[in-house]
Amino acid sequence: MKTKVLYFISLMMWSMLAISQNTIQSEPQMADDFRSEGKIYVVITVISIIFICLVAYLVYIDLKLRKLEKTK
Amino acid sequence: MIKWWKILGFILVLYTLIYGLLGSVPKLDILNETIRNVYYHVPIWFAMLFQMGISVWYAVKYLGNNQLNDDVVSHQAAQVGLFFSIPGLLTGSVWAKFTWGTWWTFEDPKLNGVAIAVLIYLAYFILRSSLIDEQKKARISAVYNIFAFVMMFVFIMILPRLTDSLHPGNGGNPAFGKYDLNSSMRLVFYPAVIGWILISLWILNIKVRMNKLINYYDEN
Repeated sequence: MKTKVLYFISLMMWSMLAISQNTIQSEPQMADDFRSEGKIYVVITVISIIFICLVAYLVYIDLKLRKLEKTK
Repeated sequence: MIKWWKILGFILVLYTLIYGLLGSVPKLDILNETIRNVYYHVPIWFAMLFQMGISVWYAVKYLGNNQLNDDVVSHQAAQVGLFFSIPGLLTGSVWAKFTWGTWWTFEDPKLNGVAIAVLIYLAYFILRSSLIDEQKKARISAVYNIFAFVMMFVFIMILPRLTDSLHPGNGGNPAFGKYDLNSSMRLVFYPAVIGWILISLWILNIKVRMNKLINYYDEN
């Protein structure tokens, strides 16, 4: 009996959870909280570092090539 | 030391990497935050098309003056363009998985067109490597290049617009204009297109100079 009651209550809570999620999802989900409170700046920094490193490598190759072009 | 347009390309792309994530975007169902891929996936394809355009331009130029230097540019631009199609295909595939629900679909004429276009350009490189005589190689591949560019344009830009496509701006789908209504997206998208084209030009510049050096040392 006790387990049945527990089972019933858990089902009730599950459906409440489902209903509450429905109401939240009524408008398109966007990462609004993620942007305002989350650490999106960390991601931007990481992407920027990778891109800066790649371009620095391009600069290095460019300058090395220039040196070779001068010696010919 | 470094040319101004190379620095401009770097600044523009860095700006779009930062403001592409920070800026506001329209709230749309299914797309959600992935709409930001417009800043990264689409400019890669613009850079690819631009490189193929340079390739065919120099191919025509070579047919007019028979200068092997023009053939070098044409060949290298096709290589850079093909290289840019790799991240273009991969990013498009990931984006499709999370919005259309599949990595690849043969229902979409744009995907089919891109696949055919990439194969046509792969054939260009096979054709080049099968010819030994420099002038002959340059002339035949220049003629093929014109064919390849026209076919790519038909397959990517024209046919998808005539039939239904999942891509925006094709068939009955709304064009970029729908997103462009949001002027803050336009402020990131256009710099991204210019920035990535400049970066691809930088890579082309390095490859062409390297090949001219190699040719110089081969002759001496």
